[in-house]
Amino acid sequence: MLLSILVRSVFMAGSMLAGALLAAGAGHAQGSGSATLDAIRARGQLVCGVAGNVPGFALPDSQGVMRGLDADSCRNIAAAILGDANKVKFVPLTTTNRFTALQSGEVDLLVRDTTWTLGREANLGLLFAGVNYYDGTAFLVKKATGVKSVKELDGATICVQPGTSTELAIDDYFRVNGLKFTPILIQDLSEIQGAFLSGRCDAYSTDGSQLATFRATQPSKNDLVLLPETISKEPLGYVVRKGDDKFFDLVRWTYFATLIAEENGITSKNIDSFAATKVPELRRLLGLEGDMGKALGVDNKFAYNVVKQVGNFGETWDRNITVIGVPRGINALWNKGGLQYAPPMR
Amino acid sequence: MSGTIADPRLSGRVAPKRRLRLSWSDPLLRNIVWQVLIIGALAAVIWYLVGNTTRNLEARHIATGFGFLSHNAGIPIGEHLIPFDPSFNTYGRALIVGVLNTLKVAVVGVVLATILGTLIGIGRLSRNWLVARLSAVYVEGLRDLPVLLQLLFWYGLLQTLPGPRQSWRLGDAVFLSNRGIKVPLLDWQDAHWWTLAAFLLGVLGTLAWARLATRRQEATGIRPPVWPAALGLLVGFPALAWAALGAPFTLDYPVLHGFNFQGGGTISPEYGALLIGLVTYTAAYIAEIVRSGIQAVPNGQIEAAAALGLRPGAALRLVVLPQALRVIIPPMTSQYLNLTKNSSLAVAVGYQDVVSIASTTLNQTGQAIEGIALIMAVYLTISLSISLFMNWYNAHIALVER
Repeated sequence: MLLSILVRSVFMAGSMLAGALLAAGAGHAQGSGSATLDAIRARGQLVCGVAGNVPGFALPDSQGVMRGLDADSCRNIAAAILGDANKVKFVPLTTTNRFTALQSGEVDLLVRDTTWTLGREANLGLLFAGVNYYDGTAFLVKKATGVKSVKELDGATICVQPGTSTELAIDDYFRVNGLKFTPILIQDLSEIQGAFLSGRCDAYSTDGSQLATFRATQPSKNDLVLLPETISKEPLGYVVRKGDDKFFDLVRWTYFATLIAEENGITSKNIDSFAATKVPELRRLLGLEGDMGKALGVDNKFAYNVVKQVGNFGETWDRNITVIGVPRGINALWNKGGLQYAPPMR
Repeated sequence: MSGTIADPRLSGRVAPKRRLRLSWSDPLLRNIVWQVLIIGALAAVIWYLVGNTTRNLEARHIATGFGFLSHNAGIPIGEHLIPFDPSFNTYGRALIVGVLNTLKVAVVGVVLATILGTLIGIGRLSRNWLVARLSAVYVEGLRDLPVLLQLLFWYGLLQTLPGPRQSWRLGDAVFLSNRGIKVPLLDWQDAHWWTLAAFLLGVLGTLAWARLATRRQEATGIRPPVWPAALGLLVGFPALAWAALGAPFTLDYPVLHGFNFQGGGTISPEYGALLIGLVTYTAAYIAEIVRSGIQAVPNGQIEAAAALGLRPGAALRLVVLPQALRVIIPPMTSQYLNLTKNSSLAVAVGYQDVVSIASTTLNQTGQAIEGIALIMAVYLTISLSISLFMNWYNAHIALVER
């Protein structure tokens, strides 16, 4: 697992060179006009990059099935393209090899607690197609330290994963507030959590969602305190390669479809009762009229398949995030005081 | 190769000039054609790969080039030998910090591994049963376990140390906690630079004195003692310089303040774990190399030296070591290279070496090809330098066979 960091980065630099050879001619073959979509269809499977070790987002259950909000987000896309939510191959990626994996074509789609930033969209050749979790950088400390606020962390040693936007966010925040800190940067998630628990670091910092789930799964959870401040905006979401607009549209509208379904009370349980609905937008959503799916290069019933097989946004949230004790907060729908908002489907 | 020691009988005779025939049956022409073809094919492949990669990177809107090196880094670094502030320092400087951190492990590691390895290698040949067996167990145990596992073991062990407030201490000066070893640091002043200069001068003086002694011995057969002069030049002279400048000596003690110790010097657990892991692992291999080197010298050589009247020390220095080192140096070079390259496992224990910083950089900037190229260039440079030095040393001490 750890060695793979190095091996993979080297391998990927190589595979970018080699992959370039293959990708050069392909892509303009006849088909949907989207190289990614054609490749997924030909393979009969969506290859999706996830964390693979974060409870609530992507973590295999006792049967080895990947569970979590990110995993279900991948299933949404598989259901939309292939009509079967289970046709997904999950590839666990670290924080440092995730972008190379997507750029080099090793994965079709990246849903790995990845923050949408200008630098990543402008320099990495990537696009963020949707935000499945509005998050922010937070800090976890031990109760014994008596720390009540991030401002009291001057001189502290802080555990953080390298190559994350957290790393940059902490540096910005401490600089602005005239505070100093010593970073301990460890790639492997369990190693860095171990370092925090053993007292090597005074605080552990990452996205608030991850800290909450980490705290919830610790036997010593009552000795751990989540500090009240959220020092940055970390919108996490779906990432695709630049240059394949069709696939980008499809991912974005599949995500919107799950929001529209929640907004209208359509769930995986009751969706068939809407078969005779008269509401025009719902008829378009469920593929009963119009050519919404076809315009995106997939079946007109794509949204039906997604909601029927995986569920609407609220259902996936409840199944994965509510159960670990994190409130919906700003991730509620726009009409319930949150930020999740879908443009009209027409 | 043979130019300088050519057979004297052949000197003056020039090889007959042969005309290049434009025929496939001419071996010279065949050679030239094949070489041109192969080099041409290689160049074409490289040309194609580079061109294709550039085109595809452009098509995917991925930034290229090394311009990012002059951008503001913003990535925090825990340990740095030169000042580094992510607020205004660049990625280029961050990478230099990484290279220095790698060298810090490599240089100290090579020295310590050589000392430890030599001791254990000699220990394995010891007539003392316990020492020989312990050395054997050490060698077999450590070289049979993957080095990554050993690093994680040492790092885990260092983390079980108590926190800064409950640290183990030696007086009010040295503290051992899960934040590392804290030691008092000398408050460095100008006088100390002069003392250091005096010491270096002393080293030169001692060397000159030793050479003089050798010449005297060759002339008269009596070797004047070197050690009193060495003592005076290496200890007395610097001490005198230091005393003359007012003998400044203040220590900067580590003091517990807030979360951690302030002041003093630190050996962090990350560096400690990496260093201990690499040194103990590599020492196991070096021990075997040293043992094989010593055993490669036939016993008859030692007996012959004794028969010539050489004392054991002189026999070791003049007879055994030159022959043993001939066997030891080449594989030793490989071990030094291994240690240096294994230091890239630092990412596993959170030590920020060049690989760790470069991979963070390539992830923040997204320029994987450039990042990996830089890492390879750094390791190639370090490794070639080690090889060159060791080859020079090998040639320097090699037995001149006639």
